[in-house]
Amino acid sequence: MIIDDLIEIAEKERASHKKTVIRCCMAAGCMSSNSEAVKGGLEKAVKDAGLGDQVEVRGVGCMRLCCEGPLVGVDPAGVLYENVTPEDAPSLVASTQGAETAVKRGDPGHAFFKKQHSIVLANSGQIDPERIESYVEAEGYRALHAVLREMTPKDVVDAVIKSGLRGRGGAGYPSGLKWATVAKTPAAQKYVVCNADEGDPGAFMDRSVLESDPHSVLEGMAIAGYAVGANQGFIYVRAEYPLAIKRLQVAIKQARQIGLLGSGIFESPFNFTVDLRIGAGAYVCGEETALMASIEGKRGTPRPRPPFPAESGLWSCPTLINNVETLANIAPIIRNGAEWFAGIGTAKSKGTKVFALAGKIANTGLIEVPMGTTLRQIVEEMGGGAPGGAKIKAVQTGGPSGGCIPAQELDSPVDYESLTRLGSIMGSGGMIVMDESTKMPEVARYFMEFCMDESCGKCIPCRAGTVQMHRLLDKIVKREATPGDLAKLEDLCDMVAKTSLCGLGQNAPNPVVSTLRFFRNEYVELLRPEINGGPAAPAGPARSNNEEAK
Amino acid sequence: MNPMAAKTLIIDGTQVSAEENATILEAATDAGIKIPTLCHLGGVYDVGACRLCLVEVTGVKKLLSACTTRIAEGMEVRTSSEVLSKYRRMTLELLFAERNHVCSVCVSNGHCELQALAWQHGMDHVRYDYNFPNWGVDATHPLFGLDHNRCILCTRCVRVCWHIEGAGTKNVAGRGAKSTIIDDLHQPWGDSDTCTSCGKCVVACPTGALFDKGSTVGEMSRDASILEYIVNAREKKQWIV
Repeated sequence: MIIDDLIEIAEKERASHKKTVIRCCMAAGCMSSNSEAVKGGLEKAVKDAGLGDQVEVRGVGCMRLCCEGPLVGVDPAGVLYENVTPEDAPSLVASTQGAETAVKRGDPGHAFFKKQHSIVLANSGQIDPERIESYVEAEGYRALHAVLREMTPKDVVDAVIKSGLRGRGGAGYPSGLKWATVAKTPAAQKYVVCNADEGDPGAFMDRSVLESDPHSVLEGMAIAGYAVGANQGFIYVRAEYPLAIKRLQVAIKQARQIGLLGSGIFESPFNFTVDLRIGAGAYVCGEETALMASIEGKRGTPRPRPPFPAESGLWSCPTLINNVETLANIAPIIRNGAEWFAGIGTAKSKGTKVFALAGKIANTGLIEVPMGTTLRQIVEEMGGGAPGGAKIKAVQTGGPSGGCIPAQELDSPVDYESLTRLGSIMGSGGMIVMDESTKMPEVARYFMEFCMDESCGKCIPCRAGTVQMHRLLDKIVKREATPGDLAKLEDLCDMVAKTSLCGLGQNAPNPVVSTLRFFRNEYVELLRPEINGGPAAPAGPARSNNEEAK
Repeated sequence: MNPMAAKTLIIDGTQVSAEENATILEAATDAGIKIPTLCHLGGVYDVGACRLCLVEVTGVKKLLSACTTRIAEGMEVRTSSEVLSKYRRMTLELLFAERNHVCSVCVSNGHCELQALAWQHGMDHVRYDYNFPNWGVDATHPLFGLDHNRCILCTRCVRVCWHIEGAGTKNVAGRGAKSTIIDDLHQPWGDSDTCTSCGKCVVACPTGALFDKGSTVGEMSRDASILEYIVNAREKKQWIV
């Protein structure tokens, strides 16, 4: 494989396209509402109408507005159809020839689409994720070629440093610094690991990237391998993502077949192979040291850091671990230059971030926006606010490790520092919108139950502390708790955060702490008075209890 | 540079020298400074799970487990403070509330590391609701018993079984509060094909969870230094009793 071969593949692919392209979403969201049958229906309708030489039906990845799926796009007309059924297929195909159709049309001019800035999702919904030719046509593997033939490993690391890219998995650690550390650690064997163990409730960004554009992750990994001196990559993907696993398997096979993975890539001395490792349903395996233990075939429990994986990771070798979205940003950074990437976003948070909008919001789906976009723009303009005109109360970011940002802070920009200042975290990108009907102590209890169930059980504060915190929250929700119980809860929040071994325990109290910070009255209203250390009074209606307390 | 140079650090205001590869716990112990531990056991590798040995290190925001953190030149360590004592006591309270630790009827009463730590940290009562879980007792082994109600999941028995005896009988199954020590593929201990009945796990246990059959209240005392003796003999060829 040399560059001419790559160009030939791209040109052949381009020449094969028909005048009209019907793109049918084949990502998990739309497939769960029958898009596979829709695609079959469209193909049959094209054949029945005798339009086989003018119209092509392409299965593509996520087209983002998941709540209106199955989605079908028609090019070059630029029309988006929503809630398409297999029965709609003949009329939809006829519409490509100028006929009228009653199928519901989406509005591509809506802020939900217009305000997006696509880097990671640029190919999503455009290319066929199961055909490498489709990715190559979209400039795929050009960055890998440029890196292998024109850049030294140090040039690549410097480009990532200059781009200002920060880890998209949650903590926001500067990616370039991590790459440089692994690159500078001398070792005969190093590894690159892609963390695709996305497990936050309400988060589906990484799944969509893997389902819609798996090659972008493979290309990012290969570039990372060259930069840090690794010849082996692992993608750790959770078993709950069967479609992503299948697409990755297909992508790895195709990349191997045409020599874009394997030995002597682009006729260079660089070898790189990628293997999949499938998780077994443990949330904690998203934590990097637990993830590595799991890859090694051990029980998925974290270990104390230092040593960090960059120094001693998989089988004690230096290991670079990056999240799916981080790796998907690499090829675009190399193709367009670090300065281009650094020009997007805010001073300290560069580039874009993909968010999964979920909860009480009109437009559920995926968005990619420049860092620094305000929460209000995301939730109200793009997301269309809460359905039925309800008032938004808070936005939860960062999953069980994050916090709830109250409505009065919606004008805050979304970047690492601002979210941390508000007691939440960027997290991997789940954004759950809550309206006035949501009760914050119940939200906190839900997330605490999640952490309690997902604690690995290794360290005491997380294993036993989450049980006690959950019990106290349950007491509060059931109006059985006293002010003393609330104090005990806050004490435990501090202790578990400070003493737990890994990020799961250290961040488990965050949903409690952040809802206490902004919605403390909701907790206090549920408390019953403490009577001189004696048994508390029988529970009455909250309101009267509250008045007595006054 | 000498590959095994000694380094100097400050622990609780005292200058201390220690081997380059030493952990904070080793350096402190060597200097006669006591850091509370529970999952640490001489002779097997450390896991940093019990969080009792957490110490403050100047310039590091997080608390670090002394048993797993290597020393560095000029490092400044504080092994006790008001907040550390508070956290340690809370950790112990959480342990006592987690399973069924009833000292008065326990074989290890008076010889129990958990009990001793609670006493040292002034833990005269537990502020949290007890879980009162219904864990069973495995009395299928002819010589030993395992009372899961007294287990604190320190995994000392597991590490001893794998890394000193090399039998690999004991392991951990489940996760979170449902974690439990198992034998082989989660079968009765007495049915285990791999157990050599060496009894090292019983010696390693800090509480009354693992015990010699036939011992009654307060009779179960053990000397875990025998394990370190075996490891020293094997690795350093030192036969020091």
